[in-house]
Amino acid sequence: MNIAYSTELICFLILSSVIISGSLAVVLLENIVYSAFLLGGVFMAVAGLYLLLNASFVAAAQILVYVGAVNVLILFAIMLVNKKEKLKPIEGLKTRRLISGGICGGLLILLLRVSISTKWNLPGPPSIGEEATERIGEHLFTDYLLPFELASILLLMAMIGAIVLARRDIQIASNAGNEFNNEKPLIDKKIPLLSENSLK
Amino acid sequence: MNSGIDLEMSFTQGIQNLGFSPEVAHLLWIPLPMLLVLVSAVIGVLVTVWLERKISAAAQQRIGPEYAGALGILQPMADGLKLLVKEDIIPARADSVLFTVGPILVLVPVILSWLIVPFGQNLLISNVGIGIFLWIALSSIQPIGLLMSGYSSNNKYSLLGGLRAAAQSISYEIPLALAVLAIVMMSNSLSTVDIVEQQNSAGFLSWNIWRQPVGFIIFWICALAECERLPFDLPEAEEELVAGYQTEYAGMKFALFYLAGYINLVLSALLVSVLYLGGWGFPISIDWFSSLIGISIDNPLIQITAASLGIVMTVLKAYLLVFLAILLRWTTPRVRIDQLLDLGWKFLLPISLVNLLVTASLKLAFPMTFGG
Repeated sequence: MNIAYSTELICFLILSSVIISGSLAVVLLENIVYSAFLLGGVFMAVAGLYLLLNASFVAAAQILVYVGAVNVLILFAIMLVNKKEKLKPIEGLKTRRLISGGICGGLLILLLRVSISTKWNLPGPPSIGEEATERIGEHLFTDYLLPFELASILLLMAMIGAIVLARRDIQIASNAGNEFNNEKPLIDKKIPLLSENSLK
Repeated sequence: MNSGIDLEMSFTQGIQNLGFSPEVAHLLWIPLPMLLVLVSAVIGVLVTVWLERKISAAAQQRIGPEYAGALGILQPMADGLKLLVKEDIIPARADSVLFTVGPILVLVPVILSWLIVPFGQNLLISNVGIGIFLWIALSSIQPIGLLMSGYSSNNKYSLLGGLRAAAQSISYEIPLALAVLAIVMMSNSLSTVDIVEQQNSAGFLSWNIWRQPVGFIIFWICALAECERLPFDLPEAEEELVAGYQTEYAGMKFALFYLAGYINLVLSALLVSVLYLGGWGFPISIDWFSSLIGISIDNPLIQITAASLGIVMTVLKAYLLVFLAILLRWTTPRVRIDQLLDLGWKFLLPISLVNLLVTASLKLAFPMTFGG
């Protein structure tokens, strides 16, 4: 056992224990802010695993997308609301927890069985290290072009949808006119998301 | 292409000659450049703090610090010492764990980013292939630390400051990344060493600033916004938010924020000089100069002179930019938060997209000058 191998093993053990305990804490903690911060920690530990597998580009992309964008947005949403209220006790919480715990345990056993019974092709293909960036680019623009474009269209649709949802109040204000001049709050009215004026 | 001076090779070989295995020699080598860079980052901050005090004094027709050492050069040390011995206060209703982790999460990514700053062909900690992308990824961790400290202080000014800081840094990260992408496209590599080398064929005429003037301005504006410097220091706008997310912090935890801010400023200036101003390159090509005085480029004297000139050049260019940033801070008014976000999303983002497209088409049309 040389120095490189033992370092790798220690890193792997630390990272995987961080991932497992962190993700359990994300699910089980009562405080939603802690869960969100721990989620960021879990994402970073996953990036560490990618680094260990010699995939530095994927690791950096993982940090940029998941930690820098997704997790920050989650935290943003939580903190903008920042309400400290006690949730109503839900009926039959214990049976619900038992059922969901049972389902999760079953899934875990199933996955464990699959990972043990599969004959893994060991050792895997040699890592390409620094060339990975170019190879990923080549694949994205040749044989994975269609999935790549579909994913970007999906993201575009989500973005447009978010804008339409967020801009609803402005549209009400602009074409409110006389018909909405009564005392009822505007939210109670049934208003199409895309009003006819906005389509012109 | 010569390889220049390789300190690592000579160090590990020296250790191996003393009778150690190559692995032990490598292990002994690893902490050395890290320590060196850490020390130089901290010294860079001390110099910047002194410059900030002196230049702001000059801008306001004061004298500035003058009793601590000659011309007050020991003043930043005195500041640091004061912060070190101050009482470390955690507010009673604050969340003590998050309150402590927040400043650390702000500082660590900034220091890690020094991994990729080259001071010479082999004078950097690690020439990782993803180079500049690593910096972009690491700098996206910072908003989490800011949100964390803003939330845990249990103070509405802190929370608002943290939210503003996060909003600002995510909106300015996108034009920043697009500006970097245009450079990467021209040099066909993410590695900072390759980016500098590609600029140093003909002295200062081949610097990227001539081929990417718009990108340079976008990058500089976004870097100032990422460092939260005036005119973009909204997260800590004194008149509105006391001190933003730093309001409840004292002692060494406050010093961590302070340190992170200044290290980030020096780092951004260094990266501007690497990406746009030819990094360690001398304004006149060294090859041309050595052929002029008739000495071979492989001459050890020329090699050592070139290496030390490289370090001086990188630091000089970076500190010229730091000077510019300090001058901007003390002469410009602060923008409003809506103006800031408008500038980021409605002006810089479209401009940087157009810049990227123009760069791509120029690269196709003139592959010789735009790196085909």
